Amino acid sequence: MKITMEVNGESRTEDVEDRTLLVHFLRDTLGLTATNIGCDTTSCGACTVLLDGESVKSCTVLAAQAEGHRVTTLEGLGGNGELHPVQSAFREEHGLQCGFCTPGMIMASVSLLKENPKPNRQEVREALEGNLCRCTGYHNIVSAVMAASGQEVAG
Amino acid sequence: MIPVGFSYRRASTVDEALVLLTEHGDDAKLLAGGHSLLPLMKLRLATPEVVVDLAPLDELRYVRAEDGAVRIGALTRYRDLHTDPVLREHAPLVAHAAGVIGDPQVRHRGTIGGSLAHADPAGDLPAAILASDAVLVTRGPDGEREIPAAEFFVGPFTTPLEPDELLTEIRVPARAGIGWGFEKFTRRAIDWAIVGVAVVGDSVALINMGGSPLRAHATEEALSQGASRAEAAELAAQDTSPAEEPHASAEYRKHLARVLTARALASAAA
Amino acid sequence: MSVMGTRVVRIEDQKLITSGGDYLDDLREPALAGAAHAMFVRSPIAHARIAGIDTSAARESPGVVAVYTAADLDLPRPDNPFAEPLLARDVVRYVGEPVALVLTEERYQLADAAEGVDIDYDPLDAVIDLDVALAGDTLLFPDAGTNVVDASEGELNPDAFADCEVVISRTIVNQRVAPAPLEGRGAACAWGEDGRLTVWLSTQNAQLGRGAIAGGLGVDAALVRVITPDVGGGFGAKIGADPESITLSWAAKKAGKAVRWTETRSENLVSMTHGRAQRNTATIGGRRDGTVTAFRLEVVQDAGAYPRGAALLPSLTALMASGVYHIPVVETKTRSVLTNTTPIAAYRGAGRPEATAAIERAVDLFAAEIGLPPEEVRRTNFIRPEEFPFTTATGASYDTGEYEQALDKALAAAGYAELRAEQAKRRADGDPVALGIGLASYVEITGGGPSGESGRVTINRDGSVTAHTGSSPHGQGLATTLVMLLSDQLGVPMDRIDVRHGDTDEIPNAIGTFGSRSLQLGGSALRQAADQVIEQARELAADLLEAAESDVELDTARGVWQVRGAPSAGAVSWAQVRERAGDTELTADIWFDGTPTFPFGAHVAVVEVDTETGKVSLRRIIAVDDAGPVVNPLTFRGQRHGGLAQGVAQAMLEVMNYDEDGNPTTGNLADYSFVGAPELPDFELVEMSTPTTRNLLGVKGIGEAATIGSTPATQNAVIDALAHLGVRHIDMPTTPMRVWQALDEARRQSA
Repeated sequence: MKITMEVNGESRTEDVEDRTLLVHFLRDTLGLTATNIGCDTTSCGACTVLLDGESVKSCTVLAAQAEGHRVTTLEGLGGNGELHPVQSAFREEHGLQCGFCTPGMIMASVSLLKENPKPNRQEVREALEGNLCRCTGYHNIVSAVMAASGQEVAG
Repeated sequence: MIPVGFSYRRASTVDEALVLLTEHGDDAKLLAGGHSLLPLMKLRLATPEVVVDLAPLDELRYVRAEDGAVRIGALTRYRDLHTDPVLREHAPLVAHAAGVIGDPQVRHRGTIGGSLAHADPAGDLPAAILASDAVLVTRGPDGEREIPAAEFFVGPFTTPLEPDELLTEIRVPARAGIGWGFEKFTRRAIDWAIVGVAVVGDSVALINMGGSPLRAHATEEALSQGASRAEAAELAAQDTSPAEEPHASAEYRKHLARVLTARALASAAA
Repeated sequence: MSVMGTRVVRIEDQKLITSGGDYLDDLREPALAGAAHAMFVRSPIAHARIAGIDTSAARESPGVVAVYTAADLDLPRPDNPFAEPLLARDVVRYVGEPVALVLTEERYQLADAAEGVDIDYDPLDAVIDLDVALAGDTLLFPDAGTNVVDASEGELNPDAFADCEVVISRTIVNQRVAPAPLEGRGAACAWGEDGRLTVWLSTQNAQLGRGAIAGGLGVDAALVRVITPDVGGGFGAKIGADPESITLSWAAKKAGKAVRWTETRSENLVSMTHGRAQRNTATIGGRRDGTVTAFRLEVVQDAGAYPRGAALLPSLTALMASGVYHIPVVETKTRSVLTNTTPIAAYRGAGRPEATAAIERAVDLFAAEIGLPPEEVRRTNFIRPEEFPFTTATGASYDTGEYEQALDKALAAAGYAELRAEQAKRRADGDPVALGIGLASYVEITGGGPSGESGRVTINRDGSVTAHTGSSPHGQGLATTLVMLLSDQLGVPMDRIDVRHGDTDEIPNAIGTFGSRSLQLGGSALRQAADQVIEQARELAADLLEAAESDVELDTARGVWQVRGAPSAGAVSWAQVRERAGDTELTADIWFDGTPTFPFGAHVAVVEVDTETGKVSLRRIIAVDDAGPVVNPLTFRGQRHGGLAQGVAQAMLEVMNYDEDGNPTTGNLADYSFVGAPELPDFELVEMSTPTTRNLLGVKGIGEAATIGSTPATQNAVIDALAHLGVRHIDMPTTPMRVWQALDEARRQSA
C-alpha cells in the first residue's frame, strides 16, 4: 500500500507492505537508523519517536497508522545545526554510554518535558518508566532531563 | 518480530467499520490504539487476515457528562482520560486508573475501548469500570446494545461482543465527591498488576484474581452489613482462584488481595 | 593545567545524540548491499532427540535464499566430549539452541520462512535442578559419562572448623541473570573476491572473535577480518564470537552472498549466554569476639547446556573467596555441571560478585549469630593497610587496600548512626514499613585472565596523533579517556588525537575489553607507546633545535619541543619533528604486560520493606569505589552508576527462571524484570583513591566494581530490615513473595 506522512518536516510517500511497522518504515525504508529496536514486547522504548509531538513506541505502530501524521525522530530533533536542549543536556550530564537506548530516551524526554516542563527527579524517573537503559543506571539521564528543563540537576 | 501478513483497512465511520466486520467476520480484528493487538500479532499469537483501523473515527473520542453519567467515547486514549477534567471530577477512579496503565508511550496510544474489549484479567481499566458499575454500549448490524460491566467480562480475553459488533461508548455513573481507591501491586512500575484493587464507594473490584476482573462480593456484602473495613477486607479473596506463577503463588495473591483491599477501602474512606 | 582528573565531556557523544550510533543493524556497507537476512530456528524444547527435520515448506516460502541444517554443515568438528554444535544435529540441549538457519532476501520474509521449518522432536528428560544434574542419572552427553565439566576438588579438612567457637553454614543461591545489553547480538559476513572473509561483529573483542571464527571455519586467521561497529553494550556476554557468527560466516560462503543477522530480544534472552548461576555453600567459623578464623566455600556452578564459562567463573569465585578479610584457613571446592539451560558465561563481574555475595552474606550471618554489629565484625577481620601486598589463603596477590577507611567513609556518608536510630524507632513503633541497612565491603580482581594489551601511537605529518588501542570500548567512554591520557602526555590538543579500535586489519594483535582491564592495560600500553614516541622525537627535536638530546624537553602545556630552561631559544612543533623524520614513521607499537590489580570499596544500601506485602524499595545506596587515580571523573562515575544499577537489580529484581521442564518463564522483556528508572534512587558516590604499583598509570579497573558491592549490600539490607522479626536469610532476588514467605516462616518458627 502507498502511505504518506511527514517525517522530520518532510513529506514522504512510500509503497510498503500492510504489515510494516513504523520502526521498520523509518529504519529500512527511509534509512533513518537512529531509532533502534531493543525488544519485541513494547517494553524497552529504544524505538520511541514523536507522533504528532507525543512519544510513541514505533515498534507498536503500523506505518499505515501514521498516514497523514507527523513523525519526528532523533535525526529531526535539532534545527539549523543546533542541538535540541535535551540532546546537549544528555551529553553535558553524561546521560548516555553505549548510546543504543539514547535516541528513544531523548525522544521520550522531549515528550515528557512538553507535558511536565518542570518535573522533579522522581517525576522524571516515573515518566521514563517505558525506556530501559542497561548502562547508565538512569542517574545521569535524570540529571540530563533536569538540566534540559532549566532546573538544578541536584543528585 | 514481524506480524504474519494481513490486509490493512481503515474505517472512517462506525458504519464503515461495521460493514468491514460483517464482511470479514472472525478473520478481522479491530485496531483501536493497537497496544494489545499489535504486541500479540508481533509474537504471532494473533494472526488476523484483516485489520480494521478505527483511528479515523474521531466521533468516538470524547468525554462528556450527561444524564447523570460520564459518557466516554470508546476511542478515547488513556492519556486523555487521565487528564480530562470532567472525568477527574465525576469518575476519578477511571481517570486515575487510565494514568497507571503501561507507560507514557502506551498511554499516548491505548484506548479505553481497546482495553475493555481485550478484557485482560490483569488490566487496570476493566476493574475500574467493573467497580464503577459502568454500562458498555455497542453497535452491531442489529443496532445498539447496552451491556452492564458485570456482564461484560465473562472470562480471560472473552466478552459478549460479537465478531461484527463494535464497542462505542462507556457510561460511568457520575459520582462527584465519592470516595475511591486504587491499589496496583507490581514489582516494577511498568509491570502489569500482580494483584490490584479498585474501589468506588462500597464497590470493590479485583485485578488478576481470576480469569476476568471480579467483584469482591463477600467484602461488599460484609460492608453493607456494617462490618469494619478491616473485617470486610479479610474476605476479599473469597471465591477467587488466581493463577500460580513463579513470582506470585495463588496463596500470595490471595494475601495481597486482602491487604490491598484494606488499603483501597481506607483511601476511599479518607 | 593537566586535563588528567578533570571532568571532560565525551568525544563519543556528538554522533550518538544526533544521528545515532552505527550499530550492527545500521550498517550500510557496500559489501553488504543485497545481503541475505538470517534467522536461526531454535529449539522450543529443553532436551530432545531430533527425529527429523523437514525444510521443504520453508524452501518454498517467498524470498528464501537457503535453509541450512546440521546435515549441510561441512566444517571441522571439535574433538571434545562436550562439544557444542553450530546447529544441533541429533539432540537439542536447551530452549534456544540453534537447529536451522534460514536466509531470505528481505527482513520481513524471515519469520514466515522460519515457520516453515518443521522439526520433529522426541522429548528427553530435562535436567534443570543442580542436584539432579550432579547425580548424573540423566546425562546431557551420555558418552562423557558425567554432567560435571569442570571441578577443583580441593582437599577439605574435616577439622578446619574444630577450634571455632561459632560455626555457621548456609547455602546461598546466586541466581541466573540475563546480561541483556540493549543492543542484542548481531553479525554481518561477506566474503570478498580475494577469498577473505569480513565479519562485522557486535563484540567486545574483535581479535578473539577473529580467532574463534577462523578456528570454527578451519581457515587461517589471516583470511578473516573482524570489524566492530558501534556496540550497544556487552557486559561480558559479547566476549569474542558466539557460535552463530561461525555458522553465518559459513553460510555466507555456501550461499555465495553476504549474510546479516540481528537477533530479536526474545531470542537474545534465551540464547545469549546468561551469567552468575551459582549455588554456594558458605561455612564461616570463629570466635565470639568477632574474629573469623576459618571459611569454606563450596561452589556448584550451573554451566548451562554447554561448557562456555564453566571453568572460568568458579575459578574466579574460589580465588576471591575470602574477600577483604584476613582469614587464616580458607577452603574452596568447585564443581561445574551441565543442565538443559542456556549456557553460562561472563556477566559484569564474572565470578567475583558471586564470591563477594557469599562472604558478605556469611559475615552478616556470623555477626547476627554472635550478636555483634556487622560493621564491627568487618573491622575486626579486614586485611590491614600495612599487610599489603597481601597473599590470601587462596593465592590471590592483593596489591593495595584501605578496606576499613572505605567502610568508614561509606558509613559516615550514609549517616549510619542516624539510620540505626531510625530503624530502632520504627521497630519500637511497630511500623509496618521496616527500615534495613545493608553493608558490603568488597575487593575484586581486574585485568586478570590473558596477559597484556596492545597500543600503538603514531605522530602524523600534520602533527596530529593516531592511537590504535587493543581495547574495545562499547559504551564506557574509553576513547575520551585515552585521548585525555595522550593529550596530557604529548601536549597535543584532544581534538587532534584520533583513537582507533576494533578492526583486526588495523590492529592485528589485541585482547579487547573484559574484566575491567582496558584502562590499566590498554591505557598503560598507549602510555608506554607514547613514551617511546617521545624518546624517538627527542633525537629529532634535538637535531632541529641544535641542542643535545639531554637538553631538549617536551613542553606539554604548549605542545612543543624546546631547549630546557631556554624556551625563548625557539620551539619546534610535533609536525616539524615528524617532518624531520622524513620517510621513517614516528610511531611505537607496544604490548604492555601488566599484572592484575585489586580495586575495592564499601557499599551501604538502605531499603524499606513493606512487611504486609513483602515489597522492597531501595531508598539509598552509598558507594565508595576505590580504583586508584581517576582520569575522567565523569565517566568514572558513570561506570559506577551502571554497575550499581545492575548489582541492585540482581539483589531485588532480576532472575532468569525455568520451569521443571526447562522452559524459560522469563524469556522476553515483558517477563524479565530488567530494572527501570522508577525502581532506583539517585546514587550517592563517595570518592577515595589508593593507587596500585602494578601498571604505569597506578589505576585499577572500575567497570565491574560497583556491581560487585551493591548486590550483597542490598540483599543484606533487606534481611537486616527483617532481622527483628527472626529472618536470617532470603535468597535473591528478594521478590515480594519471597520476603512475605520468609516473614511467614519466621513467624511460624517463633510461634
